Order: sequence, then structure tokens, then C-alpha cells
Amino acid sequence: MTTKPSLFAQYRGGARFRLRMEPRMKQPGWLGLIVSLGAVTFALVLGGIVLMLVGGDPFRAYAFMAKAAFGDIGVFSDTLVKATPLILVSLAAVVAFRMRLWNIGAEGQFYLGAFGASLVVLTPILPPETSPWLMIPAMMIMGMLAGALWGFIPGYLKAKYNVNEIISTLMMNYIAVAWNNYFIFDVWSEGGFQMSRQFPKTAWLPRLTDYSAQVPMFRGLTIHLGFVIALIAAGVVWWIMYRSRWGYEIRLIGDNPRAARYAGINIVRNTILVMMLSGALAGLGGMLEISGVVHRLQGAISSGYGFTGIIIAWLAKLNPILVVPISILFGGLLLAGREIQPSGIPMLIQGIILVCLIGSDFLLRNRIRLVQIGQEA
Amino acid sequence: MDDHLNVVELRGISKQFPGVLANDQVDFTLRSGEIHALLGENGAGKSTLVNILTGLYRPDEGTIRVDGEVVDLRSPRDAINYGIGMVHQHFMLVPTQTVTENILLGLDEPRFNMNLSHYDQIITELGEQYGLQVDPRARIWQLSVGEQQRVEILKMLYRGAKVLIMDEPTAVLAPQEIQELFTTLRSMIAEGKSIIFISHKLDEVMAIADRITVLRKGKLSAEGLLTKEITKQDLAREMVGRDVLFQLNKVEHTPGDTVLAVEGLKALNNKGIQALRGLSLHVAAGEIVGLAGVAGNGQAELAEAITGLRPITEGKVIVHGQVLIDGSISGQRRSSHVRQIIDAGVSHIPEDRTHVGTAPNLSITDNLIMKGYRKPPISKGWSIDSLSATTQAETLREAYDIMVPTVETPARLLSGGNLQRLILAREISCEPKLMIAMQPTRGLDVGAIESVQRLLLQQRENGAAILLISEELEELISLSDRVYVIYEGEIMGEVREADPETLGLMMTGTRQEDLVEARKVSQ
Repeated sequence: MTTKPSLFAQYRGGARFRLRMEPRMKQPGWLGLIVSLGAVTFALVLGGIVLMLVGGDPFRAYAFMAKAAFGDIGVFSDTLVKATPLILVSLAAVVAFRMRLWNIGAEGQFYLGAFGASLVVLTPILPPETSPWLMIPAMMIMGMLAGALWGFIPGYLKAKYNVNEIISTLMMNYIAVAWNNYFIFDVWSEGGFQMSRQFPKTAWLPRLTDYSAQVPMFRGLTIHLGFVIALIAAGVVWWIMYRSRWGYEIRLIGDNPRAARYAGINIVRNTILVMMLSGALAGLGGMLEISGVVHRLQGAISSGYGFTGIIIAWLAKLNPILVVPISILFGGLLLAGREIQPSGIPMLIQGIILVCLIGSDFLLRNRIRLVQIGQEA
Repeated sequence: MDDHLNVVELRGISKQFPGVLANDQVDFTLRSGEIHALLGENGAGKSTLVNILTGLYRPDEGTIRVDGEVVDLRSPRDAINYGIGMVHQHFMLVPTQTVTENILLGLDEPRFNMNLSHYDQIITELGEQYGLQVDPRARIWQLSVGEQQRVEILKMLYRGAKVLIMDEPTAVLAPQEIQELFTTLRSMIAEGKSIIFISHKLDEVMAIADRITVLRKGKLSAEGLLTKEITKQDLAREMVGRDVLFQLNKVEHTPGDTVLAVEGLKALNNKGIQALRGLSLHVAAGEIVGLAGVAGNGQAELAEAITGLRPITEGKVIVHGQVLIDGSISGQRRSSHVRQIIDAGVSHIPEDRTHVGTAPNLSITDNLIMKGYRKPPISKGWSIDSLSATTQAETLREAYDIMVPTVETPARLLSGGNLQRLILAREISCEPKLMIAMQPTRGLDVGAIESVQRLLLQQRENGAAILLISEELEELISLSDRVYVIYEGEIMGEVREADPETLGLMMTGTRQEDLVEARKVSQ
């Protein structure tokens, strides 16, 4: 239709201005922040309109949500507790996605990590009276090993037999959940309840509230050592990615595997190792969650963290440091959402924010100008 | 209007890109039934101009007329509806689909039921008609670059293009294939089609074009010159803006010890067919050894086999007397081969700059350390010393004249010439003992070719052994000390004082012994 010359003639006569899009040659560092903030603001305005349409007061709703997530130190501490597992599963996604390994099995690796950590306490490998100085590291190591194993299997299959990792990691999520269920329904079930017995205190990550006797301000603050460990993990992943030889290999393989082969890099070995690192990070997330929050092995320890991690990793543009603030934002949204309504509007606002953030990427890469037809320079 | 009918007429075309005025008030006319060459260096604005004509870009200023009527081309589909079709320099084909599927892609017919075998037949016939043989059922990734180009041309012919734009069509072809292409082009002219022939190769333009328009830095340098009335020197001056020397200074010296020895090499190609059939050759220190051949006769496979990228089924690759790859030992890990070979001081200028030679989204620095990141000073234990990597990148950027704002710029923003300089900088800076250079000047402009060739000669003087694989006979003859000719995975012979005729005969499968016999007989 558009090929008929007559239509062009009309078009040429009518429009005096048009929008012109050009790629940006340079992206100043501050631009990303400005555009992202702009996108969130835009999303909140859109969400506000929706709130008004359903008869709500957007300002009150937003104020309430902000208060529920970031309003005082107590809820902010809860937000950080929510952010902790999100940071780790997002890092797991970042590591794998950098090499274009689509590990969507962080959820399963998270569960396996929780299982591995529980092995230490519930088998028990270490007696309950073991010092936390040994207990916690042992749980961390076992959690990471179990997660790494859950990454190793699809990694090995991918590297050796070119089995699609998207399918294998997705399927292994179900196996992981079922595996955990077997243990909480039967082996480690406490009096028929679908959960294990509570861990001994030596297996708990220290929380701020545990020190409220010394510092009264800390009363009720549930934030635990896991958040610090997550921050350290983000730093370590950043170092691996951007400062280590291994990270260079990962980035090169991710960007152009043929060039990586040409540079003499072993892609098979790296595929396996990266999947294992990714699994270990998610597994560590699982360990921190049960050791820091629930203090037992039970079902539903993750509300789809593994999948939220994929979204966070993309929003952070696979930057391990950016993962931290975005995870905190998402932790806040999770918390605030639950405060106003179990689902519905908060989920909708989350969705709008996501779409706007993803869409804003276009503005980051391109510049849009209004030009007058015929006056274009 | 004069007595020639103008099929296409561009007037006052301007196009601005961020930072560059790619076309500045350019005029161009294509008469019916002519081959009109568009000549210019890389970045002169040739591609931009024809992209405007094919609707990929819209001009900021100027008018386009087709058959005398002003048109607004908004997409390649508009252009092809006016009968303007383009064969791009970088092929626009889907690698995993067959030839037929690629040709039919985007057309209204066939509809839901494809009936591919019927179209296979049509395409075979079309190919035979124009001398563009290609297996319609083959998948694109299995085809050589030359064959892929035939598919692109067939695609346009199938769509009934009457104006065919050929963007640097000979850059990827062997001499014989170029002759075939020229025959095809002439037969299309005879059938009333018109051709815009984009090139920066003076000889070819002189050979095929009726008229020539020269662009320089986005501006019109000369419009519609008649080929009969102009010399190569004049054209070069119009193109570069100064006089160009067509001579290289090659210092005489005797080659040293053998660096590379290839013995009885056999290997398969991507289709699983024998590509190298027991090939042997050697290269000594301080000599450039050329490998001539028509595209797809095993050159790419040879380069990959020597550098460890392609597994071999038989034979040996020996560097400095050390057997690095042994075909009789099976199940060796390929990646460790590649690494061993790099560590043995072998550098490799790959044929495919963008897909093999560089990582597009990584920075210039990251691309420059690709071969050296395992060794100090860049490697520091487990980490990479980013300071010394940046320093090295800055040094190389200066020394090799890589034109980028910063070394943090991603490689994908580099032009072809700059990208090749980046690869050369990386491959030469590690002071190689052996260099496998595959098509190092392909697609570069006159000035860039000169500088690449000078770099190769300089390496020769420094005592490096260089295996130069090229389809440019002139380049092979002027640079090489000896030339091997490859045909269907075998060496046809070795020539010291090469002339194009002898090489041409050997490239089409005549063994040197037979050639010598034939000459004796004729005398």
C-alpha cells in the first residue's frame, strides 16, 4: 500500500516536522541513571492513572507503598532481607548470561543450595553444638557445592553434547523442588508437618536484632549477615568479570565465541565452569535464606526468586554492581506489594515499571530530535 | 534531456550522520543499458548513496527520479517495486536456510504451501541462464563466499530488478569468478538492464564500466566520465586526491630456516567433504609465500587447520621443527591446539574480520589483548592488569593509526580499514615468527591496502615467515617470493616468477608438470 507514489505526494505536502532517530555514538555515564529514573517516574505516573481509574488515590497509595518498603529503619531492614536472595540469584544470572548461557535454573539451584546447607545441620554432618564459626562456613560451602552440582549437570550436557541449557535448567528446577519436597515431607519431616525441625541457633546467621540487648536500637531489625555476604559476592563477581583473566574469557566467549576459539580459549571447560559458578551463587542464596530467615528447610522458601533474578540481571544490564540497588528496589516492591494487597495493583505497577525500564534502553542508545522537513542539516 | 534515457537520476543528495556528512550535494545519473561505476575510497559515501537509492536511508536533501518521475523510496521493498535491486557487500542471507528459501524470503508467492522443489527447479534454470550455478537446496552456511554472492544476485534477478546495484561485488571473488561475473553483467545489459557497479578497484572499473562517477569524502569528484577517455592514473588521482604509486619497494634478501612445514595435510570442510587432500608446503623465515587459488578450493580450511581451529584427519603441521598438530593422533582437544600454536609464535589474520577476528561489543583494548592476555605484563596472576592493557592499546592505536575517539570504543563502531588495522596491530605486535594472513587487504581502499602491504613487507624484513593467502593475483605476485597454487585441496605447483596466465591455468586445475610438458610439446 505504502508503495503507491500518490500517497507519498500527500505525505510530502502534509507534514512539516518529523521525529528523527539517530544512534548515540557515546553514552555519558550519568545518562543511564537519568534515563532510568525518568522511566521509573513515567511508570509511576502511568500506574497513578490506573490507580485513579479504579477509584484509588495514587498519592496515598504510593506514599503507603514507599512507607511500607522504605519508610523507617524497620521496614527498610525487611526490604534488605528480601533483597538478599534476589542479589544472589541475579548474580547467578549475570554470570551465565554474560557468556550467553541461558541458565534459567537459578530457582532450582537456590533450592538445592538450601538442601545442601540443610544436610550439614539435619544429617547431621556437624553436631548442633558446633561453633557457628565452623557451622556457617560449612553450610555455605555445602550450599554452594550443591548449587554448583545443579549447574554442572546442564553445563556438562551443553558443553559435551550441545543439550539446550534453557530446557535442561528449566526442567531441573522441577526436580530440585520435588527433591526438597521428598525430604521435607518424609525424611526430615517434623511430626508430619511439611518442614524440617528448626535449626539449632549455631546454624543461624547473626541478625541485628540478636544484639538488641547491647544496642537497643537494633530491636526488631531482621537484617542478617547474609546481606553483607551478598554485597561481598557482588564485589567478587564484579572483580571476576572485569578484572580477572577468567572474566575476560567469559566476556569474549559471550560476545563472539568464534573469536574466543580463535584466541585459543577453551569453550567447553568455560561453559561447565561458568554454569557451576552460576549454580554456586544461586545455591549460596538458598543457604542464606534458610540460615538467615526461615531457620529450617521447608517448601516455598522462594517466591520465584530465580525468575525475578533473570529480570533484575537484564535491568542491571548484566552489571554485578547495579544488581544490588535494583534488587533492593525489587525487594521493596515485594514487601510493599504484600502490604497493600496480595496481588493486583502492586503487581501491575511492578509490571509497568519493568516495561518502562526495558523500553528506556532505547533512549539510552538513540537520540531523538524534532526536525523540520527541508531544513534538515 | 539527451538521447539516452535516464533510468535513475539523483540530484543534490545530502545525508548527514552523527559526526559525518556522508553525502554532500551528490548528483548521479544512470542511463538505460549501461554499466556505471561508482568509484571511491572507503568512507567516500558510495554505500550511503546507493543505500538512499534502495530506500534503506532517506536523504536529508535532494531528489530521486526513476524513469523521470520523482519518487520517495522508504524501504528496499519500495525500491524493488521500482525495479531497483541491490547486491550488498555484506550478504543479507539467512545462514540456516537453503538457497531457494533465501531467494523466496519476503515475497508474496509462494503462499502457505511452499512447494520448494518447484522453485528449486526455477532457480536452477535462472542460474543456468546467467551462468550463476549454485545448488538451490544447499544451506547458506555451507556455501563459499563466492557462491553466496551468486545467491544474492539470483535473489535480485528473481525479483525482476531492472537496475542492479552491485556493492563491491568483486571484493570476494577469484579472477576467474570475476570474469564470469563480468560475463553475467554484460549479458544482463544486453537484456536491457542497467547496472551500478560500486568498487574501489581501478582495473576492474576500467574493464567493465561504460561511465565512471568518482566520490571523494562524500563529495562528487568527477561525474559520468567515459571510460574510453580516461586513464587509471587519472582515476586514482580523482579518488585519493593525490598521485598514487603502484609500486612497492621489496628488498632482496635470502630466506632463512624453514619455519612452517605442512606435510600431507587432510581435512574436511563444514559440509563434511574432503577439503584438503594431502597438501604439503613450507615457508621459511624472511619470505612471503603466496597461496593462489579460486575461492573455496581449501584456502580457508588450510588456514584454519594450520592455526588449530579445524581438526585434521591426516598429516602434520610442524613449526620450527616441532610437530604441533599430528593427524595420526585422534581425539586431541582443539582449543589446546590453538593455544599451543599461538604460544609457538604463530599469528593469524583471519579472513572474516567481524565474525572471527574481533569481538564487536568489547572495547578496542579488550580486542587488542585477545592474544596477549595470558602473558605478562597484561596477565598478573589471575587478574588482568588493566593499566598496562590500556597503555598497550594506546601505544598500538598510535602506531597503527587506528582512528577511534578512545580505546574504550566498542569494536563494532570501527570501519573496515580500521578494524583490519586493529587486527594487524594485535597480530604483529606479538612479534610473530610465522604469520598466516588470509585476504589481508580484502575490501580495503587504495590507501589502506598500501599500508597493509607495507606492514607485511616490513615483517618479512624482520625475519618473519609469512603465508599470504589471497585471491588478488596482482597482490600475490608483487608481494610473494614464491607462490603455491591450490586447487581442490591440492597444491598444483610452486612458481617463483609468477605471471597471471600461468597462475590462472594452475588455479583451474592444471598441474605445473603438465604445464611444463605442454609447453615443451608446443615448442
